[in-house]
Amino acid sequence: MDFAFTDEQVELKRQARAWLSERYPLERDWDGVQDYRWAELAELGWLGVSVAEEDGGVGLGFVEEVILLEELGYALYPGPYLATVGFALAALGPADRAAVAAGRVKWSAEVNGLTPWLGSVDKVVDMDGSAQDARGEELPTVDPSRPVGRLERTNGTPLPGGRDIPRARTAMAAEAVGIAQRVLELGIEHATTRKQFGKPIGVYQAVSHQLANTYADVELARSLVYWAAWCVAENDEQAPVAAAAAKAFAAEAAVAACERSIQVHGGTGFTWEHPLHRFYKRALWLEGLGSRPSELRGEVADAVLGVTVQV
Amino acid sequence: MDLRDTPEEAAFRAELRTWLDTNLPEKRRGGRGGAERFGEAFGREWSRLLYEGGYAGLTWPKEYGGAGAPYSFQAIFYEEMARAQAPAHVGVIGLGMAGPTIMAHGTEEQKQAHLAKILSAEEIWCQGFSEPDAGSDLAAARTRAERRGDVYVVNGQKVWSSFAHIADFCIIVTQSDPDAPRYQNLTYLIVDMHAPGVEVRPLRQITGEAEFNEIFFNDVEVPVSNRLGDEGQGWQVAMTTLLHERGTLGFALTAALEASVDKLIGVARERVNGDQGTRERIATEWIELQALRYTNYRALGTLQRTGIPGPEGSAIKLRWSEQNQRLTKLGRELLGPEGILDDGWWHHQQLRSRGNTIEAGTSEVLRNIVAERVLGLPKSR
Repeated sequence: MDFAFTDEQVELKRQARAWLSERYPLERDWDGVQDYRWAELAELGWLGVSVAEEDGGVGLGFVEEVILLEELGYALYPGPYLATVGFALAALGPADRAAVAAGRVKWSAEVNGLTPWLGSVDKVVDMDGSAQDARGEELPTVDPSRPVGRLERTNGTPLPGGRDIPRARTAMAAEAVGIAQRVLELGIEHATTRKQFGKPIGVYQAVSHQLANTYADVELARSLVYWAAWCVAENDEQAPVAAAAAKAFAAEAAVAACERSIQVHGGTGFTWEHPLHRFYKRALWLEGLGSRPSELRGEVADAVLGVTVQV
Repeated sequence: MDLRDTPEEAAFRAELRTWLDTNLPEKRRGGRGGAERFGEAFGREWSRLLYEGGYAGLTWPKEYGGAGAPYSFQAIFYEEMARAQAPAHVGVIGLGMAGPTIMAHGTEEQKQAHLAKILSAEEIWCQGFSEPDAGSDLAAARTRAERRGDVYVVNGQKVWSSFAHIADFCIIVTQSDPDAPRYQNLTYLIVDMHAPGVEVRPLRQITGEAEFNEIFFNDVEVPVSNRLGDEGQGWQVAMTTLLHERGTLGFALTAALEASVDKLIGVARERVNGDQGTRERIATEWIELQALRYTNYRALGTLQRTGIPGPEGSAIKLRWSEQNQRLTKLGRELLGPEGILDDGWWHHQQLRSRGNTIEAGTSEVLRNIVAERVLGLPKSR
């Protein structure tokens, strides 16, 4: 048993952190048009991480994609990587996968009747697992950088792979961990530099213990996400329950981490100017899209208790 | 990253499983913990069997009676012991705290004298750190050690000492120089519990049992050769002990928790408490258990690569203790009206769990440790 990243995986994480922090810094024009840098993602190989080498991909797996998703969450990357790689890729055949890896086609998928990024992707995996053109009305969401749409369905083209829900849930959970980690770091920075009563506020346990609680949440969430990632990558029979557990735990951990960080930041954390609310809104978006934590725990209960327990 | 056993790990696991099937009688399985851990005769006998089977001190060097095995074997050991509902080795303080401290700071003579005997349970150890006026603030220890020639004369009182009533030796932190600055005034000693002047009084807990004790030292003469580290370096030596308290211990904690979660699921299945809210609470506990389990594996990965437990491990005891309190309460609740009865299990576990957030570092101290040492926040004192 070896539940640690390989040197190559650690390096991938480091590279992603460096590349994203340069292009998506905290000081950015948040309300302006966000450049997805899609062609650059293709060039980096991030769009084809799990696409076979003969289809122009890198030939790695879902664990590497989860590493990237965590970093994309940490940087609050705006584009539909989650939708294309996390939601749609598993349904696609080799030609479509090659087009994704090359950065030519962006995908999303219908999730409980809503299609994230409907207005900015090309194709959509619908609820039946068929391909649709991305057409339909777009609606604002809690996270202004992540609109969703109601897909106008036509006769779809069947896709070979089907919908991989554990994979999609784990991908969302990975983003949530990245968000939680980032707002924890912002909280630490503030608690270390902001002084009141002549001392940095981090000396006060009412403040520091909030951050310690977030730390414990983040580490436990991360463990569940990596477990689920491994199960999905290995087609392990525990993948569905692991992914449900990971999404329920990580989404709630991210929301709670943001709420504690806003509190630790005081009035500043409540301003539009400070980026914290952007993380908070994304965490809420991740918690709400697809199955909510209580529904996911219901699924876990079905798995561990059996569905026949009398009500 | 691979969660499957390597061929070596799988072989070790299979061999251990067979060994447990052969050596552990059915009636000794599924104990509830607590004071029954101290049934001395069986405890020593079972521990000796573990030692002879090669399962005590798995990660200790061979020269001191250990198996020199990788840390993953220790993790497998805890998992399989939990699966078999086997009682732990009686020498938990020796194995987890005294032994590693002697290995790090002891003289060759001390290592030869004690390490193998800790593994074989010929020597049972206890720990005397806390005092009536020095709990979380260990550096405030007042038990006095005065040097007189070749001995230290020890006077004072220690408290909350598990195993003291059956122990042969005790590791204690003493005040050796009241005039020296804080953190340079302590000396770490090994005390023979059978020496004249050592008196042990059991302390009864809220469970009604006495798992821990007070220890009184009245002019106890401790040979200078029983000192661990230099005079005045007791604080630094004690930090080694506490670091090891939190090493692979997470696996033992999680293994115990797994047994409780399994019992909880069993109760829920039988008791038709199938409302959605209760089902969700059980799922919450199952998820938290998996989160702790895989956090252990991550900490183990760091330990195997660097020899030092990963920082993520510091969250484990904190969350474990809170979870055990939550789920034992839930267990009682699921029993319905019968939850008020002393059923011999949930009743005891629920009361006992209140100690979990106090023993081995209070949750408040553990949050301080996370804040200051892991997150790098400014020190609160």
